[in-house]
Amino acid sequence: MSLKQLTIFVENKKGALVDITKTLADNNVNLRALSIADTQDFGILRLIVNDNETATKALSDAGYLIKMTDVVGVKIGDQPGKLSKALEVLDKADINMEYLYAFMARTEKHAYVVLRVANNDEAEKALEDAGFHMITDADVDKL
Amino acid sequence: MEKRYYQKEIETMPVEDIKKLQSEKLVKQVKHVYENVPYYKKLMDEKGVTPDDIKGIEDLHKLPFLSKADLRDAYPYGLLAKPLNECVRIHSTSGTTGRRVVAFYTQHDVDLWEDCCARAIVAAGGSNEDVLQVAYGYGLFTGGAGLHGGGHKVGCLTLPMSSGNTERQIQFMMDLNSTILCCTPSYAAYMGESLKEQGYTPDTIPLKAGIFGAEAWTNEMRHQIEETLGIKAYDIYGLTETSGPGVAFECEEQTGMHINEDHFLAEIIDPETGEVLPEGSKGELVFTALDKEAFPLLRYRTRDICVLSREKCSCGRTLIKMAKPMGRSDDMLIIRGVNVFPSQIETVLLNEGYQPNYQIVIDRVNNNDTFDVLVEMNPENFTDTVSGVTKQEKALANAMKVMLGINPNVKLVAPKSIARSEGKAVRVVDKRKLYD
Repeated sequence: MSLKQLTIFVENKKGALVDITKTLADNNVNLRALSIADTQDFGILRLIVNDNETATKALSDAGYLIKMTDVVGVKIGDQPGKLSKALEVLDKADINMEYLYAFMARTEKHAYVVLRVANNDEAEKALEDAGFHMITDADVDKL
Repeated sequence: MEKRYYQKEIETMPVEDIKKLQSEKLVKQVKHVYENVPYYKKLMDEKGVTPDDIKGIEDLHKLPFLSKADLRDAYPYGLLAKPLNECVRIHSTSGTTGRRVVAFYTQHDVDLWEDCCARAIVAAGGSNEDVLQVAYGYGLFTGGAGLHGGGHKVGCLTLPMSSGNTERQIQFMMDLNSTILCCTPSYAAYMGESLKEQGYTPDTIPLKAGIFGAEAWTNEMRHQIEETLGIKAYDIYGLTETSGPGVAFECEEQTGMHINEDHFLAEIIDPETGEVLPEGSKGELVFTALDKEAFPLLRYRTRDICVLSREKCSCGRTLIKMAKPMGRSDDMLIIRGVNVFPSQIETVLLNEGYQPNYQIVIDRVNNNDTFDVLVEMNPENFTDTVSGVTKQEKALANAMKVMLGINPNVKLVAPKSIARSEGKAVRVVDKRKLYD
């Protein structure tokens, strides 16, 4: 059970994001979630998309450095305090987190959080034990 | 009346007499080297030259050249011409592992080197009334030791500050009334800025002169330093291979550096063919040490591009003048006073598992060199976290620091993003304005 994230190295150059998103659009790839971590010199773009294979091929062919990473996707209610509760679970389980980002679904009244943690299996188990639902690649297309 | 020369009889000697002196010294020196340096004897034998063929400076062109590559091949003792128990000192070029050069000195060699530096200090107006603040690095680097020794010879009150710690430099300068500052021009400019920030104006700074060298600088930079510090800024030239600073020095005319010709015989050659060019031509500067004992390099190619001139100088010195170097005939870069070869970066990249695709970008910001190295990321090591990437950058920067002796700013870039050449790759982008 895991969620795949595409990680793309982006140089701090004018038009870089335009080019990436255009490449994905031209290949009919839908973005579900996006986050970017940037420094003065480069950015790391993280994407959850509906079609990993097509996206990977299209961006690799366009010369981008791209990598698939396993992350944890958690469904949380769209209410105050829900994210905090999920993070508390990880904290209690002593699972270190590198980063997270969130997105909303079109269909349901739910928020989703993408978590990058030190140990995916442990994090998923801890969250499930606490009553959270995980999402996988198969779910992404339906959101 | 302030003393204008340190060794008047040499510095103002008629040109014919200097040439005669050079010829006598050269004949003796070639014999000394031939008999004591098997490495150079072999080069001479291969060229079919014997000491008997060298009857004066007109025969100099018959001798083989030495280059940095020879110094590397012969490391450490291959070019030594005296027994170690007659040597008293070693110096070395700045921190470069792959291409380190070590030079040996007898007491005689130290003395003549310090005399050269003393001539430079006196030419800059120095005497035993002066406080000489030596802010060149002390240690293996020749800058500190050379000017320090010269300061003693002149009788200056010598302040052995070494480089760095600007706060302390300024405190000593102001409290002890330093009148002459010796350091790299970029450090002089930096100190000037710091003094200005602290509210010191040129008339409140006790300095009257500066002797700046070890890196290329323009006349524009000279004027800027002179204005900020309220001094006259003198250029000084030298290299570890020949002894250190003081091979050539500027006088009050500030139109080129007088070469200490009684010790160092200069030639200008075509860097491609090795042919000696007539006086006034632009070419590569070559030095022959005429009376150094321990490390007497004959026809050493400096790789500095320059012009010599024997026009009469208003200072009264008859010593030939060299222009500020106008460039290099090899790919060596001097960054923050340290010699850097692009091939050293390449070596580090290969050692660390990277493709040798890189670009060095150098600039000068606020009179300090910036040193960026762009390296294409190894796709296998790409991670989804910023810390993962910066960690790799730091590791590479550390490996380069060990090799080069100075810290680069490593920036990882996307694979294939550094232009592959249809022709030659652009490995170095030097945005500094170093030469007039």
